[in-house]
Amino acid sequence: MSFISYLINGISLGSVYAIIALGYTMVYGIAKMLNFAHGDVIMIGAYVVMTAIAGAGLSPLLAVLLAIIFCTILGVVIESVAYRPLLNAASSLAVLITAIGVSYLLQNLALLIFGANTKSFSSVVPAPALVLAGGNLTISGETMVTIASCIVIMVGLTLFIKKSKAGQAMLAVSEDKGAAQLMGVNVNGTIALTFAIGSALAAVAGVLLCSAYPSLTPYTGAMPGIKAFVAAVFGGIGSIPGALIGGILLGVIEIFGKAYISSQMADAIVFGVLIIVLIVKPTGILGKNIQEKV
Amino acid sequence: MKKMSKTTKNNMVTYLMVIVIFIVVQLLVSTGNVSSLLQGLLVPLCAYIILAVSLNLTVGILGELSLGHAGFMCVGAFTSAFFSKCMVETIPVTGLRYFLALLIGAAAAGICGILIGIPVLRLKGDYLAIVTLAFGEIIKNIVNVLFIGRDENGFHFSTKDSLSLGLEDGGKVIVNGPQGITGTPKDSTFVIGVILILITLFIVLNLMHSRSGRAIMAIRDNRIAAESVGINITKYKLMAFSISAALAGVAGVIYAHNLATLTAQPKNFGYNMSIMILVFVVLGGIGNMRGSILAAIILTLLPELLRALSDYRMLIYAVVLIVMMLFNWSPKAIEWREKYSAKFRRKKNNSAKEAA
Repeated sequence: MSFISYLINGISLGSVYAIIALGYTMVYGIAKMLNFAHGDVIMIGAYVVMTAIAGAGLSPLLAVLLAIIFCTILGVVIESVAYRPLLNAASSLAVLITAIGVSYLLQNLALLIFGANTKSFSSVVPAPALVLAGGNLTISGETMVTIASCIVIMVGLTLFIKKSKAGQAMLAVSEDKGAAQLMGVNVNGTIALTFAIGSALAAVAGVLLCSAYPSLTPYTGAMPGIKAFVAAVFGGIGSIPGALIGGILLGVIEIFGKAYISSQMADAIVFGVLIIVLIVKPTGILGKNIQEKV
Repeated sequence: MKKMSKTTKNNMVTYLMVIVIFIVVQLLVSTGNVSSLLQGLLVPLCAYIILAVSLNLTVGILGELSLGHAGFMCVGAFTSAFFSKCMVETIPVTGLRYFLALLIGAAAAGICGILIGIPVLRLKGDYLAIVTLAFGEIIKNIVNVLFIGRDENGFHFSTKDSLSLGLEDGGKVIVNGPQGITGTPKDSTFVIGVILILITLFIVLNLMHSRSGRAIMAIRDNRIAAESVGINITKYKLMAFSISAALAGVAGVIYAHNLATLTAQPKNFGYNMSIMILVFVVLGGIGNMRGSILAAIILTLLPELLRALSDYRMLIYAVVLIVMMLFNWSPKAIEWREKYSAKFRRKKNNSAKEAA
C-alpha cells in the first residue's frame, strides 16, 4: 500500500511541477528566454493568498482569485518593464541576467514586507481526506485538488491554444516571429499574454504547493522553480504535453527517491536522471529534433 | 617596450590593472583605511575574480552557457581541504602544502570537467545550461552526505553518519557530512590570491591568442564552418571546458583555505553562486576578461558599501543590476547612447575648431 501512496504523492507533487513548468515552457517557446523570476512569482502568489485570508479575512476562493489577478498583473508588468526592451538585444544572455535581477528583486521585496522568518500557510483546500482500502490508503484533499486542477489546466490550455485565435497567434509567434508579424499578429501583445497566463498559473501553483507543504519564506519559490524548469527541459522545452510528462515524472522520481533510496540524496537523484535523459535524448522526451541546415 | 603587438599591449594593461589595484588596496590596508569587514572580503574576492575569469572562458570564448561553475569550485575546495587537513602533520611547510593542494584541487576539478564535458558538450544552449546546473546541485548534494574518517587502518567512507564509519579509538572524522570539513589550515592570503589571479589571467589570455584559442573561437562563431575546415570540435570544446573547470577548482582552493569550517551550503556552492558568477561575466562584458574582474570587484563590494542602508541593500542591488543590464544591452539604450556620444563629439570638435 505504501507504494501506491508514494505514487499518488509523487503525482501530486509532479502536478505542481507541471503547472509551474507550463509557465516556463510557454515563455520559452515564444520569447526564447529562461524566465528565472518565474519561481518567485509563485512565492508572491502564496504570500498574497496568505495576507488576503489572514489579514483581510477574505474567503479562500476569493483570496486565490485575488492572487491570480495580482500575479497576472505582476507578470505583465515585469515583462513590459524588464524583458521587452531586451527582446532584440545582441546577446540572449542579457535577458537571462535581467530575469535573475528580477528574481532577486522579488525575493528581497518579500523579505522587506513579510520578514525572513517562516510563515505557516494554512491550507485553502476544504475537501476532506479520502480513506480507501479499509484505512490503509489515505489521500488528502490537497492531493486530489492538486491533481484535478492540473488536469483541468492542461485540458483548458490545450483547448485554448488549439481553438482560440489568441492561441493560434501564440503558436505562430513561437514558430516564426517575423512571419507572424507580417501576417498581422500583434507580437508584443501575444508575448504579454503568454506572460500573463504563465504568471496566473504560477499563482495557482503557489497556492497548491503551499497547501501541501505549509511553510512560506521569501525563498520558497526558488527550488520548485528550478525543478519545474528541469521538468520543462525533461519533457522537451516548448512542448505543453512535455511539461506535463516531465513534471509528473520528476515528482514521482523525487518522492520514490526520498522513500526508497535516501531522503538527502533525492535532489541528486532527480538531477542525475535528468542528465541521463538528456544524454540519451538531447532535446527532452517530447522535444522536436530539428535538423541543422547549412 | 619596443615593438609589441596590439594584443600583447592589451594583455599588459590587464595585468597592470590587477597589480595597480593590488598596490592601492595594500596601501589602503596599511594606512588603516579598510574596515576589518572589507579586509575579510579580500581573499574571497580573489576567488570570485578567478571564477569570473574562468567562467568567461566558457561563456565568452567557447560560447556555451554553464550554470554549474560553483560545482567545480566545490570539487576543488573539498578535495584540497581534505588533502590539507590530512597532510597538516606530514607536510609542515605551508608553501609546499598549499602548492600541492592547489594542484590537487585544480586536477580534481579539471577531471570532473572532462568527465562531465564528454557527454554534455554534445548538448547545445539551454540544454547544456540545465545539465551543468544539475551537475552543480548533484556535487553539492553528494558532499553533504559524504562522511570520511581516518584511523590506523586507513580511510573509512560512509554516506549515513559519522558513527557508521566504525573508527577505532583515536580515529578522526575528516569530512563530516553536512558539517563539512573543520580545521583546514588558513593558508590563503591576499597576496597569494592576487598571484593566482595573475596566473589565471596569463593562462586564459595566452589560450585566447593561441592557435587552440582561435580554433575555440571559430567553433563559437560557426560550428559547422569550423568543422568543415578540419577543426576537431570535441577536442577543443573539451579543452576550453576542462581548463575553465580546473581554474574554478583553483578558486575553490583559495576559498576553502580561508575558512575555518568548509560546508557545502546553497549559498556558497549552489546554483545561486553559479548565477552570481555568471552575472559578473555578463555585466563585465562577455569575452572581456578585464570587464569580468571589474564587475566581480564592484558587485562584491557593492552590498558591503550599501551596508548603511541595511535592509534595503539587496533590493538596491537588484534594481541596480536590472537597470545596468537594460542600459547596457537594450537596443534603444544603445541607440540613445550613440546619439548622445556623437553629439558630444561634435560639440568637442566645434569648440576645438573655434579655439584654433
